[in-house]
Amino acid sequence: MKFGIIVFPGSNCDHDCYHVVKHVFGQETEYIWHKETELKGFDCIILPGGFSYGDYLRPGAIARFSPVMREVVAFAKKGGTVLGICNGFQVLTEVGLLPGILMRNKTLKFVCGFVYVKVENNQTVFTKAYRAGQVIKIPIAHADGNYFADEQTVKRLEDNNQIVFSYSTADGRITDDANPNGAVKNIAAIMSKEGNVLGTMPHPERACESLIGGEDGIGVFDSIIGGAEIP
Amino acid sequence: MTDHITTDLIVQHGITEDEYDKIVGILGREPNLVELGIFSVMWSEHCSYKSSRIHLKNLPTEAPHVIQGPGENAGIVDIGNGLAVVFKIESHNHPSYIEPYQGAATGVGGILRDIFTMGARPIALLNSLRFGSIDHLRTRSLLKGVVAGIADYGNCIGVPTVGGEVYFHESYNGNCLVNAMAVGIVKKDKIFKGNASGVENPVVYVGSRTGRDGIHGATMASDIFGEGGEEKRPTVQVGDPFIEKLLLEACLEVFKTEYIVGIQDMGAAGLTSSSVEMASRGGNGIELDVSLVPRREEGMISYEIMLSESQERMLVVVKKGSEREVTGIFHKWGHDAKVIGVVTGDGCLRLKEEEKVIAEIPVKALIEDVPIYNRPIQKPSYQNKVQELNSKDIETPHDYNKVLLQLLSSPNICSMELVYRQYDHMVRTDTLVLPGSDAAVLRIKGTNSAIAITTDCNSRYCYLDPFTGGAIAVAEAARNLVSVGSRPLALTDCLNFGNPERPEIMWQFKECISGMREACLKLDIPVISGNVSFYNETSGKSIYPTPTIGMVGLIDDINQHITHSFKNEGDIVLLIGRTEEELGGSEYLKVVHGLECGMPPKLNLEMDKVIQNVCLDAVKAGIIKSAHDCSEGGLAVTLAECSISSNDGLGADITVPWHDIRYDAVLFGESQSRIVVCVAKEDVGKFMSISGRYGIMPIVLGRVTGRRLRINGLVDVAVDECKKAWKGTIEEYLQ
Repeated sequence: MKFGIIVFPGSNCDHDCYHVVKHVFGQETEYIWHKETELKGFDCIILPGGFSYGDYLRPGAIARFSPVMREVVAFAKKGGTVLGICNGFQVLTEVGLLPGILMRNKTLKFVCGFVYVKVENNQTVFTKAYRAGQVIKIPIAHADGNYFADEQTVKRLEDNNQIVFSYSTADGRITDDANPNGAVKNIAAIMSKEGNVLGTMPHPERACESLIGGEDGIGVFDSIIGGAEIP
Repeated sequence: MTDHITTDLIVQHGITEDEYDKIVGILGREPNLVELGIFSVMWSEHCSYKSSRIHLKNLPTEAPHVIQGPGENAGIVDIGNGLAVVFKIESHNHPSYIEPYQGAATGVGGILRDIFTMGARPIALLNSLRFGSIDHLRTRSLLKGVVAGIADYGNCIGVPTVGGEVYFHESYNGNCLVNAMAVGIVKKDKIFKGNASGVENPVVYVGSRTGRDGIHGATMASDIFGEGGEEKRPTVQVGDPFIEKLLLEACLEVFKTEYIVGIQDMGAAGLTSSSVEMASRGGNGIELDVSLVPRREEGMISYEIMLSESQERMLVVVKKGSEREVTGIFHKWGHDAKVIGVVTGDGCLRLKEEEKVIAEIPVKALIEDVPIYNRPIQKPSYQNKVQELNSKDIETPHDYNKVLLQLLSSPNICSMELVYRQYDHMVRTDTLVLPGSDAAVLRIKGTNSAIAITTDCNSRYCYLDPFTGGAIAVAEAARNLVSVGSRPLALTDCLNFGNPERPEIMWQFKECISGMREACLKLDIPVISGNVSFYNETSGKSIYPTPTIGMVGLIDDINQHITHSFKNEGDIVLLIGRTEEELGGSEYLKVVHGLECGMPPKLNLEMDKVIQNVCLDAVKAGIIKSAHDCSEGGLAVTLAECSISSNDGLGADITVPWHDIRYDAVLFGESQSRIVVCVAKEDVGKFMSISGRYGIMPIVLGRVTGRRLRINGLVDVAVDECKKAWKGTIEEYLQ
């Protein structure tokens, strides 16, 4: 499978995604400069974490105008697999591939650490390697991860099973205490209605090696890679 | 520009009468304003080390694995596999006190540039922070601003902040300390230096445009604060981590070409120091056309351009003929890059505005002819008195549980999670041991090895006895590294002191350096980079002498890194090292009895080396399950920390055998050269025989068990309760 990792000015998890996809999962991987106007031969595009364009104005608000984003949108509309992590999630909401927005954390502070999330939907391209309702431990690192959408949109997300991860306790309860940023309904990751675009605040690429951060993020990449091999 | 230099102008530039006479002697004429400004920053304490040099040269700086010692942007040591580690620590105390957010942020930005100018990719940041007493008026806002500044800069640029320290003490009420350390990795054959060699090679300005921010920052940092330090705010620079991220990537890309001759960050004293220092190292002169410098403000005069400390700028000497290729790479990353001058063979710094020469100073005059001061030294009159401690006057506690919880919740021991949660400590996916341990551990991708990094200094010890305090700072940093299973390689120092014009301060300085020297020699740890920050005093009140040590160690086998948490029930807890009745300078005396007196604990460096070797050999033998250096709060706090950090909240049953030492000293005394380790029951014999080879006999303290920490029937407390005390307090203080 061939992965493309978008490099915006200010991306800083691009190297981490590259390392994991290429060296942990042994997949063909290429960086894609934000000024590219053509995406050819990729099976999955990753929008990595970081501070694209310094996150000035609003996280993702400038990146969405990068030349490459037109191609990413076209790729997604054709059903291509797109994974947005952290800043990547923010870019996906700004460009309209995913509904809602990511607001400043309720604490108003950056937060880095491990959280538990519950796999709300394991019937997806990104999560089928997990069990339904499985709780995984995975790092977050963001200042703007407070997912918000209006009631109707949230209802639609629920009805269509678009909520993929929710912040939870270690035993899978969805509580306020388990919510690190104030996200509505503890939403940590959502996908597009068609199921081919995922935005996640937690960083699966930081939890793919037992030495660092554990292996609970492996399922995301296993799902994507495994999925491509199924005809 | 009028060239008449008045006495007022000279005073404003922090130049003494004698120094001015020397300048006139060198030039053979009166300087003009631009030249005066240049002398003022180059001869400032901050840039010239004029008061510290004669003492600094006593520090050992050489070892076979040292590739670059002091004198460059950062020091470098060999770590094998064709790789080297680049690191340095630097202070940003004065700006952070004036404007905490930008002061701390630009401290991080500056130290990162020191690392990547050498060709290295930065992989880690640490910070050693000291604030006034926790209930002091300004502490809350300073802490908040400094932490936010560090977080925003480090997080945005994508370098993990993996560790450091936060201390509170009233001696920092009027002067906080912000010491930032950065670490990078470079290929041994791809190291770059700040060297202007090759006459006629072009000098290229890259990065942000020059503004009026930070003019005379170096001079400000060489001054004491009176009332109203806020007025100095315009001298604080403003940082932009996004711009620096682009500069970082552009530099690393341009380093892959063959075009770069030398490169230096425009740090303190900006364009002036970078051009002069590069010319000096190259044994050349440099000629700049100031009118070509990219500017962000209109109407800037050459004086301002030369002294501006605008951030995120670099000066690069490139091979003649490669200008287009080099500027092309910077343009790709959205940066200005402009040829503004040329390397010359006449050893002169010559500044022009188009054709007109506006300043001409021999480079040698600015570097080698710096006035060097052997400032008067005198032991303070209070020194003997503060070293007095009659332990008979200290009442032993009735309730040891209470004392332990009190210590765990005290500001200098309690959890700093509130702080490091705001730092992205995992980006780059190399962080093996997260903040809150003896040392941070990072893997080196593409190898089987890892490095460990720590910062350390107990400034109370340095106040009570600067020689011992300086030596302990080095020894404890080394023990921190050993406790995670790494062999110390080298250190960088950030020497924070008061006004060097006061003989008592110079005494503290000299004594600390002597102590550090002793420890470096005995422990075989060279000093490879560093920074001196004097004038940390306000209205005549100086900070405690604070020689912060940043140290890096190597772990050959990544799988052999150690953490301090208890791992399994039934493991045997042992103590390597001797315990004596030493209460002087302890956190216990301060927190429980309100006393800061006595001699700090004795340090036997031979013994320290031995216990380090025992620990490392046992790690190599694969039998160490956990290790934790014994420091502030003594043995009881050390054991409690092993419990608190244990995933399962494991406690221990401990029996301490010292009957001839008072119990509060046993539990909370801070005797040096001690490490608490755990081994599986079946490995105790093996561990003892390793120790025996070094002629020491560790003491079996007890075993890991249950959910309570029990010590001799004196302490019997639930691990959960310890955790609650340790975790909750900093938030309460700062709400």
